[in-house]
Amino acid sequence: MIDKNLPVTEDELHAFVDGELPADRREAVANWLAAHPGEAATVAAWRAQAEAIRARYGATADEPLPARLKLEQIMRQGSGRGRSLAAMAAAAAFAFMIGGGTGWLARGAAAAPSSFNTITADALDAYKLYVVEVRHPVEVPGNERAHMTQWLSKRFGSALEVPHLESIGLKLVGGRLLPGPTGEAAAFYMYENASGERFTVYCAKASAPETALRYRSDDHSAAFYWVDDKVAYVVSGPADRAKLEKVTQTVYEQVDKSGAKRS
Amino acid sequence: MATFRQKIEAAIPALRRYARALTRDADTADDLVQDTLVRALRSEHLFQGEEVRSWLYTILTNLNRNRLRSLARRPVLSPIDDNDAPDLAGPEAGGRDIERALALLVEEQRTALLLVVLEGLSYREVAEVQGVPIGTVMSRLARARVQIKTYLEGGRPPLRRVK
Repeated sequence: MIDKNLPVTEDELHAFVDGELPADRREAVANWLAAHPGEAATVAAWRAQAEAIRARYGATADEPLPARLKLEQIMRQGSGRGRSLAAMAAAAAFAFMIGGGTGWLARGAAAAPSSFNTITADALDAYKLYVVEVRHPVEVPGNERAHMTQWLSKRFGSALEVPHLESIGLKLVGGRLLPGPTGEAAAFYMYENASGERFTVYCAKASAPETALRYRSDDHSAAFYWVDDKVAYVVSGPADRAKLEKVTQTVYEQVDKSGAKRS
Repeated sequence: MATFRQKIEAAIPALRRYARALTRDADTADDLVQDTLVRALRSEHLFQGEEVRSWLYTILTNLNRNRLRSLARRPVLSPIDDNDAPDLAGPEAGGRDIERALALLVEEQRTALLLVVLEGLSYREVAEVQGVPIGTVMSRLARARVQIKTYLEGGRPPLRRVK
């Protein structure tokens, strides 16, 4: 049984307007509003806003679709092709000790902070520049992975590994060549998840042989940086540390494995 | 049972409506819808959810946020985090009160309000689209409504309150 005099919260008033209130509370709120003209006027104003928004934009849904929004047309342009690559099993051995005082993170903690700043800034700029590109974010599309690996490795000057991130729901959009901090070539790969969030991996030659893992973020984007075997890696993405950490870990496991293969 | 592509197709008119209200510009809106469809088709094999419609709203919302972010990068100092109000001083600045009121909202609030009142999504669905708890959706909705009400009644753009 619902107490008619139970105080009505502002959240309930919104839920009342939006049809989200449980049936057993609807009448109580309506009665309460009848006795509170001030709040009733506010609720009426909210309803009027919703009406105005629907009146202004509702008809857009009835307009005939322009050709470029027709699905057959979009599919004909080849964008619908998608290839499911075998998901990689994540290596479990890697202890990801962010913020810890021991282990991998502590290695070479004092190495080259200036190159950290330059390379991370370059990588974050590249991330911000290309992440908004929908149709031309990359030079080589992700379905030409073999060709891209070969081409970027050649320009980079040593064998590069393009990480497989399908196991964490990220599809390779493709890659491009960028000028690195020292003028040498840098490789840049872009990935995206099903809802369109993008992550990038940037590889450039580094002077330090290896560094600790570092994290940097601004309002909207963030990056993890490390150097392994004289190659700097920057993994960039939206400013969500937990998510980025997971991506970084997966990337690290794969590039580290390829490093182990080389030696 | 409708196929994945049929479900996408059925959602296009609603996506256009949502995008139009989000951007208040027909061309920008259709660009967003087109980009959303391109991505949706490309990510078909990654789609694991059941609700195609919510997923499309999520993609469009993310794309719009990326778009605003790239706009916001241009000015070095920006007093508000939403620079998406070109029509404030545009040729349509005369009438269209609700349009101007929407332009004053920060992106997250505008998105929440439009998904609820224009697209008819439940609070739970909006929370999923925005990737936040329901309580956050409700406070965005509440702030959006206060801002619009103040604007429509006073005619003076309300200042964003610093918490």
